[in-house]
Amino acid sequence: MIHSLFLINASGDIFLEKHWKSVVSRSVCDYFFEALERATEPENVPPVIPTPHHYLINVLRHRIYFVAVIQSEVPPLFVIEFLHRVVDTFQDYFGVCTEAAIKDNVVVVYELLEEMLDNGFPLATESNILKELIKPPTILRTVVNTITGSTNVGEQLPTGQLSVVPWRRTGVKYTNNEAYFDVVEEIDAIIDKSGSTITAEIQGVIDACVKLTGMPDLTLSFMNPRLLDDVSFHPCVRFKRWEAERILSFIPPDGNFRLLSYHVSSQNLVAIPVYVKHNISFREGSSQGRFELTLGPKQTMGKAVESVLVSSQLPRGVLNANLNPSQGTYTFDPVTKLLSWDVGKINPQKLPSLKGSMSLQTGASKPDENPTINIQFKIQQLAISGLKVNRLDMYGEKYKPFKGIKYMTKAGKFQNDCHLLVIQKIAG
Amino acid sequence: MLSPWFLCRNEDLKEMLESNKESLKLEAMKRIVGLIAKGKNASELFPAVVKNVASKNIELKKLVYVYLVRYAEEQQDLALLSISTFQRALKDPNQLIRASALRVLSSIRVPIIVPIMMLAIKEAATDLSPYVRKTAAHAIQKLYSLDPDQKEHLIEVIEKLLKDKSTLVAGSVVMAFEEVCPDRIDLIHKNYRKLCNLLVDVEEWGQVVIIHMLTRYARTQFVSPWREDAVFDENSAKAFYDSEEERRVDQSKPYIMDPDHRLLLRNTKPLLQSRNTAVVMAVSQLYWHLAPKHELSIITKSLVRLLRSHREVQYIVLQNIATMSIQRKGMFEPFMKSFYVRSTDATHIKTLKLEILTNLANEANISTILREFQTYVKSQDKAFAAATIQAIGCCATNISEVTDTCLNGLVLLLSNRDETVVAESVVVIKKLLQTQPSQHSDIIKHMAKLFDNITVPMARASILWLMGEYCEHVPKIAPDVLRKMAKTFTDEEDIVKLQIVNLAAKLYLTNSKQTKLLTQYILNLGKYDQNYDIRDRTRFIRQLIVPNEKSGALSKYARRILMAPKPAPVLQSAFKDRDRFQLGTLSHTLNSQASGYLELSDWPAVAPDQSVRNVEVVEPVKETGAPALSKSKHFDAVSWPVCVSLQASSPVFVPETSHELLHRMTGKGLSAQYRFTRQPCIYGNSMVSLQLTLSNSTDQALENIHISEKSSTGQNIHRFNAIERLEPQASVTVSMGVDFNDSTQAANFQLCTKEDEFSVSIQPAVGELLLPITMSEADFTKEQGKLVGMNESSATITMTPENVSSQSVNRKVVSVANLGVIPSGQENIYRFSGKTVSSGSLVLVSVVLKDPDAVITINTEKTVMGSMLLRQVKTALTNSGP
Repeated sequence: MIHSLFLINASGDIFLEKHWKSVVSRSVCDYFFEALERATEPENVPPVIPTPHHYLINVLRHRIYFVAVIQSEVPPLFVIEFLHRVVDTFQDYFGVCTEAAIKDNVVVVYELLEEMLDNGFPLATESNILKELIKPPTILRTVVNTITGSTNVGEQLPTGQLSVVPWRRTGVKYTNNEAYFDVVEEIDAIIDKSGSTITAEIQGVIDACVKLTGMPDLTLSFMNPRLLDDVSFHPCVRFKRWEAERILSFIPPDGNFRLLSYHVSSQNLVAIPVYVKHNISFREGSSQGRFELTLGPKQTMGKAVESVLVSSQLPRGVLNANLNPSQGTYTFDPVTKLLSWDVGKINPQKLPSLKGSMSLQTGASKPDENPTINIQFKIQQLAISGLKVNRLDMYGEKYKPFKGIKYMTKAGKFQNDCHLLVIQKIAG
Repeated sequence: MLSPWFLCRNEDLKEMLESNKESLKLEAMKRIVGLIAKGKNASELFPAVVKNVASKNIELKKLVYVYLVRYAEEQQDLALLSISTFQRALKDPNQLIRASALRVLSSIRVPIIVPIMMLAIKEAATDLSPYVRKTAAHAIQKLYSLDPDQKEHLIEVIEKLLKDKSTLVAGSVVMAFEEVCPDRIDLIHKNYRKLCNLLVDVEEWGQVVIIHMLTRYARTQFVSPWREDAVFDENSAKAFYDSEEERRVDQSKPYIMDPDHRLLLRNTKPLLQSRNTAVVMAVSQLYWHLAPKHELSIITKSLVRLLRSHREVQYIVLQNIATMSIQRKGMFEPFMKSFYVRSTDATHIKTLKLEILTNLANEANISTILREFQTYVKSQDKAFAAATIQAIGCCATNISEVTDTCLNGLVLLLSNRDETVVAESVVVIKKLLQTQPSQHSDIIKHMAKLFDNITVPMARASILWLMGEYCEHVPKIAPDVLRKMAKTFTDEEDIVKLQIVNLAAKLYLTNSKQTKLLTQYILNLGKYDQNYDIRDRTRFIRQLIVPNEKSGALSKYARRILMAPKPAPVLQSAFKDRDRFQLGTLSHTLNSQASGYLELSDWPAVAPDQSVRNVEVVEPVKETGAPALSKSKHFDAVSWPVCVSLQASSPVFVPETSHELLHRMTGKGLSAQYRFTRQPCIYGNSMVSLQLTLSNSTDQALENIHISEKSSTGQNIHRFNAIERLEPQASVTVSMGVDFNDSTQAANFQLCTKEDEFSVSIQPAVGELLLPITMSEADFTKEQGKLVGMNESSATITMTPENVSSQSVNRKVVSVANLGVIPSGQENIYRFSGKTVSSGSLVLVSVVLKDPDAVITINTEKTVMGSMLLRQVKTALTNSGP
């Protein structure tokens, strides 16, 4: 299926290649470079590129292109999903997935790629299994290995491979047994000029960090499972049980994993946690424009809106902006016309605002494009959909684990026409 | 050529490899792997590296493997040195070592070792470790690509591995099947049900491959579930004229889905919840190609969910949705807002979303869509704005109600400051006007006014073409435009020049008085143009329109040639013909057939033999007295865990009697009856399989008949799928499974219709909680010897004379209990054996005749069941009658 893999950095250098079948010359990447040149933005490179003898399927993550070479028919999503899984694995192993990290750990990378694919077909992609085959590099282990001559490579077939719970390794031992669950929700919304919602939806995930000894069998139940409209599970979740009782029952993998992602049904009204008041105007015939923006909290259930970051793409005609923030700092890049304002926390008593004037290119006509404004924010301890975990129980093991559940709401894709205002996803 | 620096560095690596220290060797190998990763050539180190293939250090060994696989092809002779090491490793007790030896051996692309590989694969295919067998499945493809002549032998191995029951092997062997012999559908028959049942537990990558293969399989084996729709759509008129007879045949055969077809759909459905986007897409395409149309809607939500994933995933999913949305708007219309474009989307994502929104547009939602489009037109991404204008044009032609609105909107855009927007609008307006030119002369006039400010050649050419084509509608303006053009002719682009010549010719024909001189002037300019196309065109036009003695008959027809009515261009989706490819495939994405693409066949008109998928149960009992051997399907009984070394067998006798579950009086017209099928249950190993017949005796249709989710007692019940509609006087038979837990306690549950709920209960007879097994007489006595004391219960009865014959004893016992008959060597001893459904405990029954008495002995761990069974057998044997 997957013939070869090339890793290409932002400046267009191939810095790693791996072949699973016979060697494909790296000149095949020339077709990719052609496409890269044609694309205006790095994201605009088409994911599937046909060449006379091969097909190139690429994904872009962390400013590295992962280009897979395919020779015959294969579901493209199969390859794309696998490439993303490779990136996730690298991130899991090295903490970050950068060119430097990959180059530093090139031997581990090679060993990993060797285990993940056999003859181009995925062999072991489950992180728990891989970690038994190839131990992640740590400073301590490197030192120990140089002294004792032991290796990072496991000698036994990982137990998970053959068991009915392939995602969990056996013989897990912890002195502190803990299970943490993060319920993270993102709101996507489009809001029009007048402030009314065009679309709003909530997407959520439950990320888990489980460090429990032995073979624990967990069940997690919700106060209001009906909220969850469309769900996708980690393979460990017993689907039948969910269908019948709306309870998540599972033997968890060891470590970090995404238990569940869900969509909150659109029938439920989505509470919009912030509002934006804006006034962006240009006078005809004048080279000055006014800019006014005020943010305020709305339906936050008393929780503080934090890490607010506003950014906006101003029209091309704008030369400079002279603004005055009531709090935080702002920057304006005259080249890309990107305005960004780091607001911080919203104080409901004293609403943050950004006011001032913009200067236009002399002689240029009044811009008619819609400036887009992106806002990012976080609300701790709140799942905006109202989803609540009822209880978490453990069976199968005798000890008493420490359990913790954390809620958080973030802005997803959130668009507000002011002319047009866009509120955007938060990193982290 | 290698640089001296490189050479010397390799020298030093060679020294390290030849040293005695493991750590130095390892360090050297790590650096070599670094070289390979960078794409540098390290092939001349081959002799030094290959020596370490038998190293004890496992990391060193693995790195040597990496090196070997990379360079063996180039250094075939040297590579042969390593083969014996692998052959030895293939016999290693550690399964990981066996597997990796096979992996490397099969990855070395050296034709000379083909026989060795073949042997190794055959051996590994029967290995005890499923992991090694999985590796063997992968090796099949490698060997096949190295030497296609081995195909026949490899197919044998594939056939063997397809029978494997390990979930680990299933995905890999199907992959090998797809690569080596995708046309050998016959190999799948016997494994079809097993693959369907294993699917949920197979690893995710295997699931994708299996689902794609099963999609192809199903299209060759089952009849189309869409037939009904087709009949309504096309043939309603035709059927009227068809012979009566044919029609009757058609009607008398309502579509019934093959249970195997249903099995596939049912078992793939949960996978829509997978976290793996490829699996979700695979299931979606399976439903698209196989499911009845009304069941299709369940995939919508999952596909829309995938749009939250990475950019590349979105791209593929949107493409597939675009194809689907052409045929079935309704599927995605409720989710229209999910396709609204966001300013951060990549351009190709934006274009696809536009495509989908255009496909979804209908009379009801067009105003919402157009409003959304208006914001897009103002986007800073000009290429996208241009695509939006195209989309507006598409909507305008598809939905006649909004044509005028769209046209007016586009005309407004003509005064936009951005050139690309204006140009695109002109082009789209041109296309729209062609459909109804007469009503829009003012738009043409408006465009003529704007002409001076438009610089994009394509747009200028389009306006000129419009002027010429509809010059009769704008008799005053067209000549004036031509006059202006005559002035700027030399500065125009080629495409504009061609249209100027066209315009001149058309005006000459319609309005020669005003334009004769202008035309001649332009034709003269064109005659000396640098571009030969323009010179050719000019010469042609001159001959055509200006009559002279040399021009033949053609010029008479000049007007008819130039002013012929031209069909309006059809604006249609680029995804119109994509459905010729299976969804979710690379070929679909590229819209051209990729190498190795396997065509999805059309549904067969008549379903091929269904029985090919039946898995024969080993050694069916030879029984003389069994009146009705069940002829229903045998599911893969072999895969169930059976206690001791016994084989499950098919039931000797299946009673036809059904029991009442719900009387039609209590059920307000809904009546239900159940019977025990005595088959292993397909829903679970510990379940008793039941057949439920539901009938509607009212004069109204009953809707949504199902079993309520809350079960009052502890039994685990597998519900039948809700019956959406039961017509008056109709009845339907469904199957369900109940885990009675080896107790005769009744299972209580709620049978619901749309309006009502009825509490019902099923009380099983103890004999129904058993499954028959076969064993030899010797085994029977051995097992019986183990189950004595508390586990034995017996009774002596007096037999009625007509019951004494062997036939009648057998019949009586098997009708009471689902037991297997053991061929007996002695005249007067009858033996029966079975196991309980839930726990699989043995139940042994023997009847010894001692004229006129008979001793019945029952041996089982389940003493309660034993005594109940004893009572029933007793009654059965003492009663006379059949």
